[in-house]
Amino acid sequence: MTKDLHLNPKLFDKDVEKNATRTGFGHGLVLAGDKNADVVALCADLTESTQMHFFRDKFPARFFEMGVAEQNMASVASGMSAMGKIPFIASYAMFSPGRNWEQIRTTICYNNRHVIIAGSHAGVSVGPDGGSHQALEDIALARVLPRMTVISPCDAIEARKAVLASVDMEGPVYIRLARNKTPVMTTNETPFEIGKAQMFYDSSFPQGRPVGIIATGPLLHKALKVAEQLKKEKISVQVWNFATIKPLDEKALVEIAKNCGAIVTVEEHQIAGGLGSAVSECLAQNFPVPIEFIGVRDQFGQSGTPEELIEHYGLGESNIAEAIKKVISRK
Amino acid sequence: MQPLDDKKIGLLKEKAHDIRVSIIEMLVSAGSGHSAGPLGMADIFSALYFHILKHDPKVPTWPGRDRLVVSNGHICPVLYAAMAHSGYFPVSELLTLRKFGSRLQGHPHRDFLPMLETSSGPLGSGLSQAVGMALADRLDRGKDSGRFFYCVMSDGELDEGQSWEAVLLAGKEKLGNLIAIVDRNNIQIDGFTEDVMPLGSVAHKFESFGWHVEEIDGHNFEAIVESVGRAQAVFDGPSVIVARTIPGKGVSYMERDFKWHGNPPGTAIPGEPDPKEQAKIALHDLRTLDGQIEHE
Repeated sequence: MTKDLHLNPKLFDKDVEKNATRTGFGHGLVLAGDKNADVVALCADLTESTQMHFFRDKFPARFFEMGVAEQNMASVASGMSAMGKIPFIASYAMFSPGRNWEQIRTTICYNNRHVIIAGSHAGVSVGPDGGSHQALEDIALARVLPRMTVISPCDAIEARKAVLASVDMEGPVYIRLARNKTPVMTTNETPFEIGKAQMFYDSSFPQGRPVGIIATGPLLHKALKVAEQLKKEKISVQVWNFATIKPLDEKALVEIAKNCGAIVTVEEHQIAGGLGSAVSECLAQNFPVPIEFIGVRDQFGQSGTPEELIEHYGLGESNIAEAIKKVISRK
Repeated sequence: MQPLDDKKIGLLKEKAHDIRVSIIEMLVSAGSGHSAGPLGMADIFSALYFHILKHDPKVPTWPGRDRLVVSNGHICPVLYAAMAHSGYFPVSELLTLRKFGSRLQGHPHRDFLPMLETSSGPLGSGLSQAVGMALADRLDRGKDSGRFFYCVMSDGELDEGQSWEAVLLAGKEKLGNLIAIVDRNNIQIDGFTEDVMPLGSVAHKFESFGWHVEEIDGHNFEAIVESVGRAQAVFDGPSVIVARTIPGKGVSYMERDFKWHGNPPGTAIPGEPDPKEQAKIALHDLRTLDGQIEHE
């Protein structure tokens, strides 16, 4: 583990602390509201699900219940931003930026409004609700929009920091959140900067070059565990947290490609259009190396427990380990 | 808002005429664009820019200004013409409409013309933005900030579900600082609104969502100004002015004809005048008040 990142020393323990990224968002939003009186929050009838209720309860006058109307919510936020407010809009990622993509494009991005879109319940780990509610396309939808910053925090603490950092920037921001409690890998002391990738783990042995894992979101924890397990087989692995998908930390990425010569991307999203695509677009132009993708392969989700679904869709630890071995064979 | 006198009505008529002439000239120069809506809304835009709006064309971003959100961005020739004639930019710039590098994009875009309140074009989202602005203003300055938030929208865009999401929210929030103006010209690009998607009584629909409703002749300046005055006086809820207008108003062959919704003068349309003559006829119609006066 990288020392100066102050990661959670218990992150490989069985009883590692777990918390949902959406909860980190909810707490971060209250802190943002404390810090900046212009922060307002809008929700489309999912206030507790998105954990916006913490903000609603503390700042009732600055909270606006939109009803089940995500399209209106996006454009109302654009109008508030035009008057100097810093609106956060929250719903499930399937509905925002899913349902209201055009309103986000035209009224927020095209107008260059500083609106922060929080999409919760992303990925198959939503679980029993089934495929209709499991957003696997939201990174692609957000990433393709000019001016949009796209952040996919790995844990609740990072989500909290992403909220605070979003307030201080300009233009539209998408923050991808998950429903489930997932391992907390970072600590309050871990630095966070939008657009900056961080190497969380490096098991480089003297002989041979490591494989670079580029991961985003809570699945990063599985990548870390795989790297730790592969140490026994003397397979060198570097694990990188790409919490910001756009703007992509291209400088770090090209360095990783040069140092590692082989890459595995890991995300709980369609392979098409997600982090893997972003990494490929960059490396194909700058430093092509073999890449294997961990992600959903052109399918919809279904009901099940998060763990069942992670395994079923090929996002589990065994899949990551296989991908690492496969990419080594392609070097 | 000042009361209207005959002199002011004369000025508003004159400005509306200038705006219509500019619209024809712009569209001819551009070779594409929308004719019927802009001509039909010229009187309302004249009333807005020369009487109703609290604004300063020399300081477009003056914070105390009223906000005008034009939701149906395709009628921007009338917006640009009203802005130019009231001094936001030179009238000569109007002829750059829709050309490469122009500030006057085919649909309004703030990147090119930052003095616009919003970029628009895709229908149905302007009212939501005006609602957001009005909510933010009330949050900061209370109910009587003295600023009003106007949203010009078309009847056709009431087909969009989002329009009604915004109507619901404005009613819920009792936004007394919000005044929507619906251009009830009964046409949209595919035909008459009542054939494409019957809207029935726009007034009744808004009323049932808790809005104060005015229905007016959108070419009568006294009616326009008085209805806005009454809407301003309603402080406990949003107001809508359903303005009955004649699409293509002022140009004989365009009036009430949906074929001119999305076409400029110079378009070959069966049953319409020779495309080469259309601009000339349009300007002649405007300058002679459609034959009411003999000479241009």
